[in-house]
Amino acid sequence: MSQAAQTLGEYPERDGAEMLRIGDLHAFYGESHILHGVDFDVKRGELVTLLGRNGAGRSTTLKAIMNMVGRRTGSIVINGTETLAMKPHRIPRLGVGYCPEERGIFASLDVEENLLLPPTVRSGGMGIDEIYAMFPNLYERRRSQGTRLSGGEQQMLAMARILRTGARMLLLDEITEGLAPVIVQALGEVLVKLKERGMTIVLVEQNFRFAAPLADRHFVMEHGRIIEEISAAELPSRREHLNTLLGV
Amino acid sequence: MTIIFGVPLAVFMGQLMLGLINGAFYALLSLGLAVIFGLLKIINFAHGAQYMLGAFVAMLALEYLGINYWAALLLVPLVVGTLGVVIERLILRRIAHLDHLYGLLLTYGLALILEGTLINIFGVSGSSYPTPEALQGGLNLGFMFLPTYRAWVLVAALVVCGGTWFIIERTRLGAYLRAGTENPALMQAFGVNVPQLITLTYGFGVALAAFAGVLAAPLYPVSPTMGSSLLIVVFAVVVIGGMGSILGAIITGLAMGLIEGLTKVYYPEAANTVIFLVMILVLLLRPAGLFGKEA
Repeated sequence: MSQAAQTLGEYPERDGAEMLRIGDLHAFYGESHILHGVDFDVKRGELVTLLGRNGAGRSTTLKAIMNMVGRRTGSIVINGTETLAMKPHRIPRLGVGYCPEERGIFASLDVEENLLLPPTVRSGGMGIDEIYAMFPNLYERRRSQGTRLSGGEQQMLAMARILRTGARMLLLDEITEGLAPVIVQALGEVLVKLKERGMTIVLVEQNFRFAAPLADRHFVMEHGRIIEEISAAELPSRREHLNTLLGV
Repeated sequence: MTIIFGVPLAVFMGQLMLGLINGAFYALLSLGLAVIFGLLKIINFAHGAQYMLGAFVAMLALEYLGINYWAALLLVPLVVGTLGVVIERLILRRIAHLDHLYGLLLTYGLALILEGTLINIFGVSGSSYPTPEALQGGLNLGFMFLPTYRAWVLVAALVVCGGTWFIIERTRLGAYLRAGTENPALMQAFGVNVPQLITLTYGFGVALAAFAGVLAAPLYPVSPTMGSSLLIVVFAVVVIGGMGSILGAIITGLAMGLIEGLTKVYYPEAANTVIFLVMILVLLLRPAGLFGKEA
């Protein structure tokens, strides 16, 4: 049996089952209360976006899922497992890949070391050849120091390294921020390919024009909670309403 | 007799050799400090005491358990390293979120307790550890006499330093360490158990100190204060090399040993201070150290 089919066995893609369910999630950094009861769910194979203005709590939501914030209450169920009490390093092993806003490329590692760094969490990840085929620039620069890459290449690297691990749900934080349009377009093509492979994706995005054609559903955040859910089908009719919410 | 810059060759080479041996210990100890500082961001003031403990445990093991030098060279770093693991788990981890100064103070306190306890039991005069039979005697190189044990110390220290450098710079585990030094939170988000990595790193750094202690036992008097006097120089070496640089720690350690040896030949009065003079110069010209990265 091919590896892809095995993965399919383990994760029946797009069967409508929940990959992620967040219920009444509160998160705190020290004394400050950042998330005030976030509720949403993501189905297997779905691509959803978290939209909102700066400081609405979108990045914090991703960090809270990874248990990277101070204190959390509520519920975060990943693939049927409640993770609120889990240690941070256990969460990726449920098949979650995280790409932080600051990209987190390691300066003391070269490109290939960066790429090979995250441990494999599940079978069925992309092979290194497959990854280099998807990101040819990275292959050419595999011996360069990680932080010597251009912003776009660093972003490609930050994405590429979580594809190797076998993660089935990707949490991507502002991946198009500060990148040239041609790179943004390339990233869009990568996301389409990942979706075709059945990857579940949660995208925190400022660039709505980038996110709109890719996403199945959009969640709008404000003041640390979800205030609106808009499906791709509803989008044309509610575009103006959404623009008001986002203040664009 | 050959004369180099007004000094007989045998004397010159002899001092150079002594300097290199001292340098090997500086390198081993500053390497351990660098490894620990890299991931834990703690300046391990207990390093000298842990080195001393290595020599002491080797001596006691020989005296009471009949464990010979070669077995001690393997077992003592394991035992003392395990003690390091316990210290990290029980004490250092609890203050990891505080200012790094607390770690420095705490490890300094641990060093004082260890030294004080051993002084109470054994006194300060120190005892000697016999040179293992296979390493007794020496080689006549023609221009100088090289004691076999000193040659062995140099080789062993270089091999361990080189091995440590290889593990950290060239292996996957080393990549975890380097990445964990830069961004531990992200490493956790990749599924790496960073607290465990930290514990093992501290244990490894302590084991390096204990290994140096066993190597030192046949050379120097084994006494509870043997570590604290050495540690001051080692800290100067670390400052010169740059905190956290692995290769920097090794090269600077050896180089400072040599400089000290040369000073002993030409201006013995300054031999004990020359490293600190170098430290002052380096701090003036390159505050981050010779191999350190500017912040």
